Amino acid sequence: MDTGLVFIQLLNGLQLGILLFLLAAGLTLVFGIMDFVNLAHGSLYMMGAFFVATLAQWSGSFLLAVALSIPLVVLLGIAVELVAIRTLYPRDHLDQVLATFGLILFFDGFVHLVWGANGMTVPLPDWLEGQIVFSESFSFPTFRVLIISVGLAVALGLFLVVTRTRIGMLIRAGASNRTMVGALGVDIKTLFTLVFAGGAALAGLAGMMISPITEASIGMGNQIIIVAFVVIIIGGIGSIKGAFIAALIVGLIDTMGRSYLDELFALLMPVRYAETAAPAVSAMLIYILMAAILAFRPQGLFPPKGR
Amino acid sequence: MVNIRNWDFRDWVTAIALVLLAIAPPIFVAIDETFYIDLVSRMLILAIAAVSLNLVLGYGGMISFGHAAYLGIGAYCVGIPAYYDVYDASVHIPLAIVMGAAFALVTGAISLRTKGVYFIMITMAFSQMVYFSLVSLEEYGGDDGLVIYSRSELPLNLGFWEFNMENDIHLYYLIFASLVGALLLVSRLVGSRFGMVIRGAKDNERRMQAIGYDTYRYRLTCYVISGALCSYAGALLGNFTSFISPEMMTWARSGELIFMVVLGGTASLFGPVLGAFAFLMAEESLSSLTDYWHLFFGPILIIVVLFARGGIHGLLGMVGRRGGRP
Repeated sequence: MDTGLVFIQLLNGLQLGILLFLLAAGLTLVFGIMDFVNLAHGSLYMMGAFFVATLAQWSGSFLLAVALSIPLVVLLGIAVELVAIRTLYPRDHLDQVLATFGLILFFDGFVHLVWGANGMTVPLPDWLEGQIVFSESFSFPTFRVLIISVGLAVALGLFLVVTRTRIGMLIRAGASNRTMVGALGVDIKTLFTLVFAGGAALAGLAGMMISPITEASIGMGNQIIIVAFVVIIIGGIGSIKGAFIAALIVGLIDTMGRSYLDELFALLMPVRYAETAAPAVSAMLIYILMAAILAFRPQGLFPPKGR
Repeated sequence: MVNIRNWDFRDWVTAIALVLLAIAPPIFVAIDETFYIDLVSRMLILAIAAVSLNLVLGYGGMISFGHAAYLGIGAYCVGIPAYYDVYDASVHIPLAIVMGAAFALVTGAISLRTKGVYFIMITMAFSQMVYFSLVSLEEYGGDDGLVIYSRSELPLNLGFWEFNMENDIHLYYLIFASLVGALLLVSRLVGSRFGMVIRGAKDNERRMQAIGYDTYRYRLTCYVISGALCSYAGALLGNFTSFISPEMMTWARSGELIFMVVLGGTASLFGPVLGAFAFLMAEESLSSLTDYWHLFFGPILIIVVLFARGGIHGLLGMVGRRGGRP
């Protein structure tokens, strides 16, 4: 095996994990605090990508576009929470799943109407287009390094907010026992709007950062949101730490599985079968992992304390 | 057993709807709108799938977010044999039922250990596994899907009349008879002792266990029946569309199936049929009006969830009561 290539795949896995974490962080808090299943979280990711694509083409600057898009996504998140989500808290999960499924359809239709059926590419400035050369056989795109660094910085910031600030304390308390927090006189409604908006910002940021690589397209959030759900279930619903670790595990397993499972299988069976089986199994790996976790440790790896 | 004098408004709607469906094809032919035979066939197939989902979701309280996988399994049980030039319905149909039941048994045995939202997610995860494995099976078309060149051959020859699935009207009546059969099956099931246990476990599982029922086994059995029935609907769908692809089992398709059940009215016998019809009619008419029909369809879905909890079945019940019946 080529060590340079292994490092590159590890970094790719890390980058996927970081993106998943940005999505899963908001999802797990919304789910953990208000017991709310938000399938439409992926739509915010998509909207982030389209905002940044439009603004980047208009202004010519990717960074300026990101800086302008984040407040837009936050506003959108607040609007969605106030209009649609708020009435759904007392409903059962079935209603929540269906209504947020309706939101997904709405947002997909909206994007189709405003931006058309084709995807939008997002131009990057020259200094982000290149590769960072680590060694002769090992170089990695600058922009992906940026994604990883920004993601890690956000994770650190989020960790500090959740563990060191008053609002973070309320979030943690809400994830453990929201009724008690409400009884102690905390305005749980405003707290949740805040958390939802924060989650929207993170999801939007993830969409913004992936859009130069994949382009912004309709339904781009619909596959990755399911993976984000896998992440929060593996990590334990309501736990930021769990979401972070599970996101990295899922990102690495998925990437490494797709790259090396065929070689592993080739050791065990004829190459012809290995080449057929490996892609199927590697696409399933994370779901197998989730099913195993649910079967043996349904509360996830790092459930919030006090549950 | 059937006493017409005791029928309420909803029973009449059901009866009239079934009669209309039974006489529909000659009418469509007479008015030269054979396109509608296609549309109604499709509605009927998805109605069978919705009825099967309602068995677990409505009566059993098990929110399966992966029932589209069974449609896909059934369809591939037609498509893969056809790929090897096996067109015999006596292979396709039993294979679909057995595979659907087997998949439901294995995944249900694991999924039913979980509750609530975890159950929703684990059923979704299993359907994603099926989806991805079929996407990566290059031999059977992978992402691009598989064309079924000839429908299943069901040798049924009465001398003066021969069944031929290639004939759209024959296929229509096979689908219609299957729906009636599915409705009879579900109505007998939920009325039986077995159905009582399933419904009791939905309301209060601990109480049913305290009475001495092993609710896990009952639920698993219910899940397997539902899976087999849905997979059968998938086999019909494969024959009907003559083209199958993994796209028919994405999680969005599972979401649509749930919506059909909720729109029609959960835990009602005929509700899912009404739901499937209303769903496809709305989809058909909205998408012919505008390319951006999702923009309207999404909010309709939200409004139904928020304000019409009993679905169409519940609305019909209210209409019936206003009509003066007790």
